[in-house]
Parts: sequence; C-alpha cells; structure tokens
Amino acid sequence: MARILRDAGMEVIYAGLRQTPATIASIALQEDVDLVGISMHNGAHLTIAPAVTAALRQAGLDTPVVVGGIVPEADRKAMAEAGIAAIFGPGTSNTEVIEVVERLGRRSVALLDRE
Amino acid sequence: MENRTSWSAQYEASAKREGVFETMSGVPLEPVYGPPDGEFPGQWPYTRGPYASMYRTRLWTMRQFAGFGSAADTNQRFRALLDAGGGGLSTAFDMPTLMGRDSDDPVSLGEVGRAGVAVDTLADMETLFSGIDLGSVSTSMTINSAAPFILALYVCVADAGGVDRGRLSGTIQNDILKEYQAQKEFLFPPRPSMRLVTDVMRFCVTDLPRWHPVSISGYHIREAGSTAAQELAFTLANGFAYVEAAEKSGLAVDDFGPRLSFFFNAHVDFFEEIAKYRAARRIWARWMCHRYHAKDPRSMQLRFHTQTAGVSLTAQQPELNIARVAIEALAGVLGGTQSMHTDSYDEALALPSEKAARLALRTQQVIAAETGVANVADPLGGSYFLEALTDELEAQAEEIFAYLEKAGDGSLLDGVISAIEDGWFQSEIADAAFAFQRKVNSGEWIMVGVNGYTDGDEAQPPLLRIEPLVEVEQVATLTRVKSARNSGAVAESIARIATEAQDSSVNLMPALIEAGRRYVTLGEVVRSLEGVFGTWSEPMAL
Repeated sequence: MARILRDAGMEVIYAGLRQTPATIASIALQEDVDLVGISMHNGAHLTIAPAVTAALRQAGLDTPVVVGGIVPEADRKAMAEAGIAAIFGPGTSNTEVIEVVERLGRRSVALLDRE
Repeated sequence: MENRTSWSAQYEASAKREGVFETMSGVPLEPVYGPPDGEFPGQWPYTRGPYASMYRTRLWTMRQFAGFGSAADTNQRFRALLDAGGGGLSTAFDMPTLMGRDSDDPVSLGEVGRAGVAVDTLADMETLFSGIDLGSVSTSMTINSAAPFILALYVCVADAGGVDRGRLSGTIQNDILKEYQAQKEFLFPPRPSMRLVTDVMRFCVTDLPRWHPVSISGYHIREAGSTAAQELAFTLANGFAYVEAAEKSGLAVDDFGPRLSFFFNAHVDFFEEIAKYRAARRIWARWMCHRYHAKDPRSMQLRFHTQTAGVSLTAQQPELNIARVAIEALAGVLGGTQSMHTDSYDEALALPSEKAARLALRTQQVIAAETGVANVADPLGGSYFLEALTDELEAQAEEIFAYLEKAGDGSLLDGVISAIEDGWFQSEIADAAFAFQRKVNSGEWIMVGVNGYTDGDEAQPPLLRIEPLVEVEQVATLTRVKSARNSGAVAESIARIATEAQDSSVNLMPALIEAGRRYVTLGEVVRSLEGVFGTWSEPMAL
C-alpha cells in the first residue's frame, strides 16, 4: 500500500507493525498527517478502530482514519459509528484506494500495520 | 545396478496400506512409471519423492490447522477434526501468544483468542489437549519466537500425563528466519533467536527423538507476495542456515538432519507448484550430500507439509475458494507432500466456521479416496513440461544461493543473517508483491470474482465470531492461575531463565520446562529473555 500511495504522489509515513492507538495518535500529531490508514487482518477491528479514533481525538486531532483488511459486512456499521471514514476490503483496486484517500486526506498519509 | 532394480528392492521392503491400486475402471497400476535407468522415488536426489513407495505405504497426513478463542474452544475443534478423520493436530495461537504477551497485557486488548487459541500458562495447555493422548497423536504447533516455551509446556503436559517423551510426535514451527523476512512475528534480534532455535534442536536430539524441531517454511514468504522461485530459494537458504547453526552448536549433521522438515505453499499456478516441490527435494538432497556431507539418507530427504494459499482466496463469491483449494491441494499431492492443510472457503473473511473447516478436510478426502492420484508415485514425472519447469526453478534458486553465499563470505548462515539485517529479503518480497498487485490492478492478472467474472456476488456466509467474552474469561483464568502459584518458585524460575540466557552454551529448555511446570506465564518468560537478548525492530525497506 505504501508504494501504491507513494507512486500516486503522496508522502507516506510507514509506521510499522503492531502499533498501539496511543502511538498512532502521537505519530499523527508529530507528522501532521492528513489521513491515517490501518491494515487489519486479525479480527480485532471492533476494539482497535474505536480506540484509534478516540486516541486521535484525545490528541486534539480530527484526522480521518481508513481501514484496509478483513472487516465482515456485519461490522461495517459499527466501524462507521466509531468514526472510520472508509473500509477497503479484500480485492479493492489500487485506483479506488487512491481516489478515496485523495478525497479524504489530500497529500500526507500515515500508514500503519496493526498486525 | 539399474535404478529400477534397486528401487524395486526398496519398494518390496516397504509396508503397504490396504487397497487395490488400479484405476476406477480396473486398469492395474504400477507404483511408479519411468525408464529403468531413470530416476525413481526413494533414490537420491529424491526429485520424485523421498520414499520408494510414497502413498502406497501411507497417504499424506490430513493435518488441519485450528485454533481460536479459549483452550476449551480449540480442544473441542481438535476433537471434532480427529473424529471427522483428521490425521494429526495443528495448533494456531492468537496474536498475543505469538508475540509473547499474556492475555492481560494492555497490548493484547481486542486480540485475545481472535487469530488463534490463547495460551498464557500450562493451565491453558492442559485444557487444550484434554482428553487427547499425546502418545498416540501427532501435533504441530505454529509458533516461532516463543516456540521454546510453548514446546516446554507441551512436554509438561506429556510428563504429567505419564507419556514417555520418546513417544511424542509432532512439529514445532520454530523458524525464526522467515519471521524477519516475511511474517514479522519476531521478538529478539537474529543471533540470540538462532540460539533458541538450536537449543530446541539439541533438546530434541536428546529428549524428543520423534519430534521435528523446525518446520522450515516458505508458506509465509509466499503469502507475503514472493514468487515461487523466491519461496523455494529463501526457504532452502534458511534451511542451510539452520544446518550451519546447528553444526556450530555442536551437533553433527546426521544427528538433526533426519528431523528437519519443511512447509510450503500450494498456490494456484498448478504446474509451477508441482515443479517447485520437486526442485526443492533435488536441491536439498544435493546440498546436504555435497555441501554438508550428510551420510544418512534421511538427512537428504526433504519432507514437507503443504498449505493451500491463503492469499489466493477471495472474499467475493467465496464458494469459488472451494474450487481453488481443491486444485491447489491436488498440486500438493501430485508434488508428493507428506502432510497437508486445506484452507476453508470462508477464510478470506474470518477464521473457518465448523462447517467450512469440515468441507476443507473433506476436499482432501475426495482427492485421497476418489481421484486415484495417490496410486502412482510422482505421476507427472517425465512430463517434458514439468521436468523443464523443475529444472528452471532449480536454476533460479541456485542463483539466489550464490548471492547469499557471497554475502556471507561462503557461509549461508552469515549470508542469510546479513541479508536480513540489510532488509534484502524484505525488499525482494515487497518488489514481487507490488509487481503482482500492479498486474491485478491493470487486469493483466484476472482474479475471478474480483476483477473478472464479478457477477454473482452474494451475501457473506455465516462467519465464525469470537465473542469479546472470550477475552474476559481468559483474563479471569490467568488471574486465577497466577494467584494459585508459588510466587517464590516463579521468581526463582524467571531468574534462572535470565541467568542461563546469558550463557549461550547452556540449553534453555530445562529451565523453560521447570518454569512451565511452575505456571510461569509466557509473558513473564519472554520479558525475562528480552531483558537479556533485547528486542528487534526491522530496517524499514519500502
């Protein structure tokens, strides 16, 4: 994903694996990012996603958060309610990701792997 | 002596399973086909298979990976799979366990029991294998950084159950090199981690002669996006690194060689996969013989487990995955795998539901019982296409070995570790993954249901859900176990681990087994080791 977004002209800060919500918020603040993207494949999204949006708000940020990975249909409403701006499920095209990310976040993007 | 003659002697001497080896229409089948002076299975370099009689003696083990929720949940699934005809157990642990964290660690929040079973202490291990005779079942455990302690817990359960350690049969993945390269479930830096791997290998030589101390894996490398040639080459290079490390730790190659095992992906390009397995056997046999001077044929026979490619599964029209898995599994069998896991069709969406898990097992049973492909060893051997592809993959792998050997000044161990530290494997894999993603995006590669033939997407099948209560209950169990322990004994064990970790000539397994018996937690063990070994962050390679 980092390469795909970089190729599309965005500045990507790849923060690496298994970050905590607090660390995510601190990176987002430090780097003054326009959008946070999280890769999640382990079924923990209903716990982690709200924790991340809460941590960002606590840091005084309203940065949009998008999630890529495995999120069952039944959980999408809860994710939206938790403040997740978009979900990219398996098979989402590069084009679609770029389009949504550009719309939501403009230039700089922080990218993290939750698992 | 002609090859066929010596093969025939081996074949006759092998036990045969019950069965009439003929086609559905009654055409009798030879055990293997080929010219009398050609290559035969069970003959070095084992391109056609490690055994003369292959599946006529025993079919591959149908070993379905399972694990979710609490130890009690997984124990139930284990027993259901054994009842349904599964041949061996294979354990999936949750992320906190894989990462050496207890269920009550703040970092574990939301993750307990979700990607596998939660194991914090011996109490969980006892529940996990409750009602299962460890002396008569073979168990695989997929864990790497924390492998020594998890193996120690398994030994504790066996000891307490009166099962002789010499009867314990199974595998612990314990392949840390591929973690740095692909799966990223590492904890400590490479060199102390290699010491842990060789401690397990040495312990198996003395205490667990039937156990496989490492499952040298390509599966994860492939899942991360590598090509087939990279999967083949990186896996075998890691294998050579383990051989060198084990020798440096004081073992002779034939002490451990026979119990090394491998684990490959079965991806969807059918012939490439079969060629890959054959090339793997041939390469391993040559290197173990010529380079590492093994004398025992069993050290030269590459034996492997196969799992169908998770990364080939689609969330769209998920029933298509049943077809994909069947084709991939067929490649594994035609490639001569010794054991196999078939993915469930709902696995692009969640952990398998019970129904989907059973269907996946049944897929293997259809191949075994109905298709007849197991009647003849290496049935595609001699195909002009397959032999050319086997040779080509072998050649590509050799180029990669040459690169790593140079990077290590003649040592594959040093070459692999320095390439890990430089981020070389990681960037090769990232390049391959990116190249493939571009092909999918441009439509050069059609993934049915995703960027082609997309009509027909329906509602998701009923999915397995891990309830949040699992985490609450697991933490409660852990709290209970901790409060019932002898805290003096626990502290003593933790201290012993830290002391012995500092001396790389000491095998940590006895200390870990003692700690396990005293209900020291996984997190406590790992923190103690981290205190001595440090932690590892990967070089950022994009």
